[in-house]
Amino acid sequence: MLINTTNLNISYDYPFHFNGGLALFFRQKTLNPKSDFHSSKALCQRSSMAIFGAMIARAYSSAATRSLRVCVVGSGPAGFYTAEKMLKAHEEAEVDIIDRLPTPFGLVRSGVAPDHPETKIVINQFSRVAHNERCSFFGNVSLGSSISLSELRQIYHVVVLAYGAESDRVLGIPGEDLSGVHSAREFVWWYNGHPDFNQFSPDLKNTDTAIVLGQGNVALDVARILLRPPAELATTDIASHALAALRESSIRKVYLVGRRGPAQAACTAKELREILAIKHLYVNIKQADLQITSADEEEMKSNRIRRRVFDLLSKASSSNQTRPSSGQRELHFTFFRKPDKFLESNDKSGHVACVNFEKTALKGSAGSGNQIAAGTGEYEDLKCGLVLKSIGYKSIPVDGLPFDHSKGVVPNIGGRVLSSRDVDQLEDGLYVCGWLKRGPTGIIATNLYDAEETVGSISEDLKKRGPTSKFASPKPGREGLLQLLENRNIQVVTFSDWEKIDSEERRHGSLSGKPREKLTNWKYLLELTTK
Amino acid sequence: MCQITVCLVSENIMLASKSLKLGTQAIRGLSRVSLFSKPVAQATITRRNQYVQGGELFSTTATSSADVENEEKKKISVTFVDKDGEETQIKVPIGMSMLEAAHENDIELEGACEGSLACSTCHVIVMDVEQYNKLEDPTDEENDMLDLAFGLTETSRLGCQVIAKPELDGLRLALPAATRNFAVDGFKPKPH
Repeated sequence: MLINTTNLNISYDYPFHFNGGLALFFRQKTLNPKSDFHSSKALCQRSSMAIFGAMIARAYSSAATRSLRVCVVGSGPAGFYTAEKMLKAHEEAEVDIIDRLPTPFGLVRSGVAPDHPETKIVINQFSRVAHNERCSFFGNVSLGSSISLSELRQIYHVVVLAYGAESDRVLGIPGEDLSGVHSAREFVWWYNGHPDFNQFSPDLKNTDTAIVLGQGNVALDVARILLRPPAELATTDIASHALAALRESSIRKVYLVGRRGPAQAACTAKELREILAIKHLYVNIKQADLQITSADEEEMKSNRIRRRVFDLLSKASSSNQTRPSSGQRELHFTFFRKPDKFLESNDKSGHVACVNFEKTALKGSAGSGNQIAAGTGEYEDLKCGLVLKSIGYKSIPVDGLPFDHSKGVVPNIGGRVLSSRDVDQLEDGLYVCGWLKRGPTGIIATNLYDAEETVGSISEDLKKRGPTSKFASPKPGREGLLQLLENRNIQVVTFSDWEKIDSEERRHGSLSGKPREKLTNWKYLLELTTK
Repeated sequence: MCQITVCLVSENIMLASKSLKLGTQAIRGLSRVSLFSKPVAQATITRRNQYVQGGELFSTTATSSADVENEEKKKISVTFVDKDGEETQIKVPIGMSMLEAAHENDIELEGACEGSLACSTCHVIVMDVEQYNKLEDPTDEENDMLDLAFGLTETSRLGCQVIAKPELDGLRLALPAATRNFAVDGFKPKPH
C-alpha cells in the first residue's frame, strides 16, 4: 500500500509482543505527566497502537522525523519545561538540553533548601522528559567557553536560552568587599553542595550574630539553615561540609532586615510559618513596626499573599515571649532599615563587624502603586560577624547576546530575543525562558507558564516561515554539537551518566541516614561518569 | 478493530496522522473491550472536533462483568473543562484525589510535587459555588500553596486535595487558563 509518510512521525523504541508474537518497537507519542509503563492502561495503549504500528511499519521516514533541531541552554525548571512543551508541540523536534554543570536541574538541585524535599519532587517529571527518545541532556557543556552562542545558532534551528541568573545584585556601598560579607546565593550554593562552592568556607565561628539583608524566601532559607538545630539538618541532603560547619557554628542571633515594613515583606506564608515554628526559637517582631497606614491597607487589599504574611507576622509579634531565655536562639525581623555601609572590626583585620543602617519611612511612588523606602537621615548600627545579602540575583550576558544591563535580562518580546533594546528587530531562531527572560522572581511553577509563552512564540514563528525558510533546511543538531565538543576534548555528561552520579549519591547518603550525599568535587564527578 | 484499521488505511494520511495524535483515548476504549478485563476508570469523551469519518461520536464503555455494578456504586462522575472549553467526563472512585484521577485519564493537569502540598500546579477551579461549599475548608498548608496559584479565584482548590466523595457526584472542574501575568510578586511585564 502506498502511504505518503511526510506527516507521520513515529519512532520505534521498545519491543512489544502482540497477538501471538508480532514484535514491534513502538513509542508512546504523547508526553504524559504520569505515564506508568506497567499500568494496564499503558498496556492498552501499546496494544492498540500496535495496530497502527503494523500498518505503517515500513513507512518510517527519517526525512520527516527529527527535522527540527532545538537546543535549550540550561537544565533548570525553565529549560526542562521548555523542552517538555517543545517535544509535545512538535513531533519533528529533537531537543538537546545543555548545562555547564555535570548535574542537571539547576536551582531545584542547588537552590531549593535541603529541608524542602517535597519541592524537589518535580525532578521526577524532568527526568521523564530527559528520558524521551527525542531529548538528550549534555552536562559539562558551558555556553561561552565550550561553545559560543553563534556556533550553537549555526548548529540548531532554534536555541532557547534558559540559563538563569548566576550572579548577584550589589548594594554598591562602602565595605561591601569586607570579608564576612557574602551574597545569599553563595551561601545557598555552599550548603547545597554546588561544585563551584565546596571551598567556600564562611566563617561561622567568629561571632554570634548574622545579619541577612532582605526578607524574601531566600533570606528566610538562609536564616532558617543558620538557626535550625544541626541535628535536624543531619537527615537532609545538605552538603556534609556545610553540616560540619553548622555543627560548630557560634551563630545564635539572626536579623532579617528589610528596607520597608511588614506589609511589604517579600516572603510567602509557607516559609514564614515554617521559620516561626522552629523549636525553642525566640522571635522578635516589634509591635510598633506593625502599625499600618491606609496606604499599606490599599496595597494589601488586592494581594492575598501580602495579607496572609502580615497576619502571620502580627500573630507572631503578639504571642511573643518578652525576652529570650539564656542560650535560646533568636530571630529578629527588623523593618525600615536601609544598609548604608559595612564597618570593619577595630583590629583592622578586614573583617566586617557592624552594619550601619539608615532608618526609612514609606513614601508613595507615583505610578507604581507601591510605596518605596525613603531615608530619614537617622542612623543606627547593628553589630555582627556575618552578612548575607539576599537582595536579588542577576543574569550574566554572553558574547553575541543582546543584554539589558540595567534590568539584568535579555531584551525580548514573549520570549523572542530582540536585537537591541531600542530597535524592534528580532534575533532569528533565538529565544529566552525563565529568569534570563523575566528577571529572578517567581517560583518553580512560574516557569511552566513562561515556557508556554516562549514555546508559543516559537510555534508561531515556525508556522509563519515557509518551506524555504532557514527552519526547513537541515542542521547538524545533536551530531554537530557532539562532534564539535569531541574536537575540543570536552567530556560530555549524558543523562545516564547523571544517573550514575545520582545512584552513587543516594547510596552514599543511605549510609548516614540522608536521602543523598551530594558529590561536590568537579574532578570526581567527571571521573565517576567515565567509569 | 479490523474495521477501524481498514477505515483508517483508506483515509488520507492527514486523517491517519490526526487519528494517531488523537489516538490514545479513543483507541484505549477499543482495546479495553476485548483484551483486558481489569476495570479502569471509564472514560466517555465528548469532543468538539470529531476525527473519525462521518463525524461519529467516539465513545465506549468498559464491559467487565459483575464488577461494574459494584464499581458504579463507588464512583462519582467528574467533568474537567480545559482552557479551550473542551470537556472530559470521567468516573472517579471514592477516595481518589482529582489530581490522581486526572492523570489516570490523561487529563492535562500538572502535578509538580505529586500531591505533597509543595506547589500550586494542580490548581483547579470548582465551577459551581454550591459544589465548592460541599468541600472541606482548605488547610493553612493548602491556602499557602493557593496563594501562589495562577488565575486564583474564589472557588479555587488544589486538585490533589479534592477527594472524591458521594456528595460530589457531578463535580465540574475548570483548568485555569494560562495568564500573561505570571509573576508572583505582582511584577507587570512592560506592555509592548
